[in-house]
Amino acid sequence: MHVTLTHFLVVSSLLFCFGIYGIVTRKNAVMVLMGIELILNASNINFIAFARFGNFGLQGQVFALFVIVLAAAEAAIALAIVLNVYKTFVNINVDEIDSLRD
Amino acid sequence: MSEQLLIKFAVVILFLPLLGFAVTLFLGKKVNRIFIFETAATFVGLVLSILLLITKISSYSDISISAEFKWIDLGKVPVIGSMNIYLGLLLDDISTLMIFVVFLISFLVHFFSIDYMKGDKRYNRYFAYLGLFTFSMSGIVLTHNMLMMYIFWELVGISSYLLIGFWYEKKSASDAGKKAFIVNRIGDLGMLAGLLILYLTYNTFSFHDIFSEISNGHLPFNSGFWLTVTGVLIFCGAIGKSAQFPLHVWLPDAMEGPTPVSALIHAATMVAAGVYLVVRIFGILTADAMLVIAIIGALSAFIPATIALTQNDIKKVLAYSTISQLGYMIMALGVGAYKFAFFHLITHAFFKACLFLGSGSVIHAMHHEQDIREMGGLRKKMPITYATFLISSLAISGIPLTSGFLSKDGILSGSFAFASLTGHWLFPFVGFLVAMMTAFYMFRLVILTFHGTPNNKEKYDHAHESSFAMVMPLVVLSALSFFFWYTPNPMNPDDGWFYSNWIKTPELHTPENVRFDFMKSDVTPVPGDHEIMFSESYTSALHHAHGISAILSLIMAVLGILLAFTMYQWKKINADRLAEKFKPLYNFSLNKWYFDELYDKTFVAGTLALSRFIAWFDLNVVDGVVNGSAAVTKAVSKFTGKFDNVVIDGLVNLTAYFSGFIGLVLRRFQTGKVQTYIIMVIFSIVILLFLFRSF
Repeated sequence: MHVTLTHFLVVSSLLFCFGIYGIVTRKNAVMVLMGIELILNASNINFIAFARFGNFGLQGQVFALFVIVLAAAEAAIALAIVLNVYKTFVNINVDEIDSLRD
Repeated sequence: MSEQLLIKFAVVILFLPLLGFAVTLFLGKKVNRIFIFETAATFVGLVLSILLLITKISSYSDISISAEFKWIDLGKVPVIGSMNIYLGLLLDDISTLMIFVVFLISFLVHFFSIDYMKGDKRYNRYFAYLGLFTFSMSGIVLTHNMLMMYIFWELVGISSYLLIGFWYEKKSASDAGKKAFIVNRIGDLGMLAGLLILYLTYNTFSFHDIFSEISNGHLPFNSGFWLTVTGVLIFCGAIGKSAQFPLHVWLPDAMEGPTPVSALIHAATMVAAGVYLVVRIFGILTADAMLVIAIIGALSAFIPATIALTQNDIKKVLAYSTISQLGYMIMALGVGAYKFAFFHLITHAFFKACLFLGSGSVIHAMHHEQDIREMGGLRKKMPITYATFLISSLAISGIPLTSGFLSKDGILSGSFAFASLTGHWLFPFVGFLVAMMTAFYMFRLVILTFHGTPNNKEKYDHAHESSFAMVMPLVVLSALSFFFWYTPNPMNPDDGWFYSNWIKTPELHTPENVRFDFMKSDVTPVPGDHEIMFSESYTSALHHAHGISAILSLIMAVLGILLAFTMYQWKKINADRLAEKFKPLYNFSLNKWYFDELYDKTFVAGTLALSRFIAWFDLNVVDGVVNGSAAVTKAVSKFTGKFDNVVIDGLVNLTAYFSGFIGLVLRRFQTGKVQTYIIMVIFSIVILLFLFRSF
């Protein structure tokens, strides 16, 4: 079977959907973060795929690297936020952290 | 003394009583004996006025001294042009003589009042008012212009009002004060109108300037008719002030005031101010105006004389007698007997003041009993009062050797001469008739009060001669009722010093065509020659009239006195039976010709009806308009209030509700849960993708 751009895109969109699903359905903030990681990775697949099949030179790969670095930084910061949220609310359930609503 | 000094004297004389008034009024409650200051001020004024009179007559007898200063400078005024108002004093023969008379009587009345008013709770205030009156009267006498005269005219009006209503707790007294004040205002309105005509025409109030303009032929509105109107209008002031018919009704009521006040104001001085006014403007009176004045004077002499015949109040009789005598003077001025009118003014002031003060003495002795039917026989108890009263009564009746004979005879011969030249025989007829009536009612008064037997034994027993303070003025005044003060000849005053030195018929200023024929000068008087009044024909007519009228007036007076004696002393004729026989006539006289009732029914009722109508108009129409506009405003504001509440507020609330509603809806989406938002974002993106699809 010959792997084409479409396959990549399908995989990445499935990954994106799983990511979204994870963000939306999970109550645990850590799981939500993991959903975000999935989305980032879906976008990475897209970058790589377009870099491979498109005529963009190395730009796609470079962007993918940026995204990985960004994801690492984001994870660090987000986990720190989650830690602080836990300190404040003794809870990291995103459903219940809605005091900004009022 | 120089003329400047005389003017300074006059200024001091004018302001002394004002000083007395102010000091007495302001210190009256603090210093009990402050009335002495007021009396002393009047006395100093009297001394100064005697000095003034002597200097004036001895050194300046034919000169009018005047001084003026600019009071108000109004600059340019529309219609009139430049408007300056001057005030000033004029010292001529009549004003110096008059100021002396005013101060003499004023001082005597002050002196008399010291005992008469003793024990009154407003004792000092009474003296203050007397001072105010003396000041105002001096102003009238000394002024050299019409405006100042008008100002002081009103001032005597107010002091008269204050003194008539002095015992204002008594309703009749306060009513009488109001009546005097209001009735006087009617006359003053005419005077004001005349004054304004003069000012409009001549742009000055000064007597001298107005007279010289008229002499130059400059008349109001360029017509003799308007000169007549002006004269009559100014005379209206005299009608009010001198209580002439038809405005005479206030004077009898004014007797509610203290008796010395009646003597000072309502007999001797203030009521004479009207005569003085006519004396002042005599030179500009036209023939028609003089005829009007003579008729008013004759009516005023006759009507009150008939009323005085039957009155029982001692002061009322004297009041009507005053009106009657003032009518005499006015009539004399109307018939051109200028000198005699002024002479009578002086002599009448003395003997009438004496009569009033005498009645005051009697009333005081009888414990404020004024009804002559309650008196009688007082001759023995009060010999000095009786003697002075009798002398004054003889003087007013016109018995020889008294001053009254001289002046009254002058007036009668003047009217006689006038009648013989113009044919108006009514005036001498009324004059002689009134002379008889005067003698009759005066002696009726004397007999009922002093002769016979006491009618009220109890009051008679308490009566006693008055104290020195009250008797002295009576003696002085009755002494002045003798002839020798005025002329050496008791039968004919023509050559006496009064006529030859003190009073001279003034120059006439009216154009010849509006004068009486006899006033047109057909000869030019030669200086130093025997004085010729008006014209040769008049002088000779007067000369002829003199003898006849002297005899006739004497007969009339004696007849009147005899009649009084027959009826009341010897009781040969029963007065009551006579009254019964002529009941309608008697009642007519007793009720004062029903003048008060007539005025009540017509003028007073008319005024009341008018004011009721105006009140109705005010209450219904004017108030209606005001209330209507208020109601309209209220309705409009009610409507706008509703509009505001419902529509405007409704709109505001609607937006609020709308926002609230929107908020309510949108709140649903604001869950605060990140996941919900994400779902919404994703759905939105899907929808947007679908909407903006390019395939």
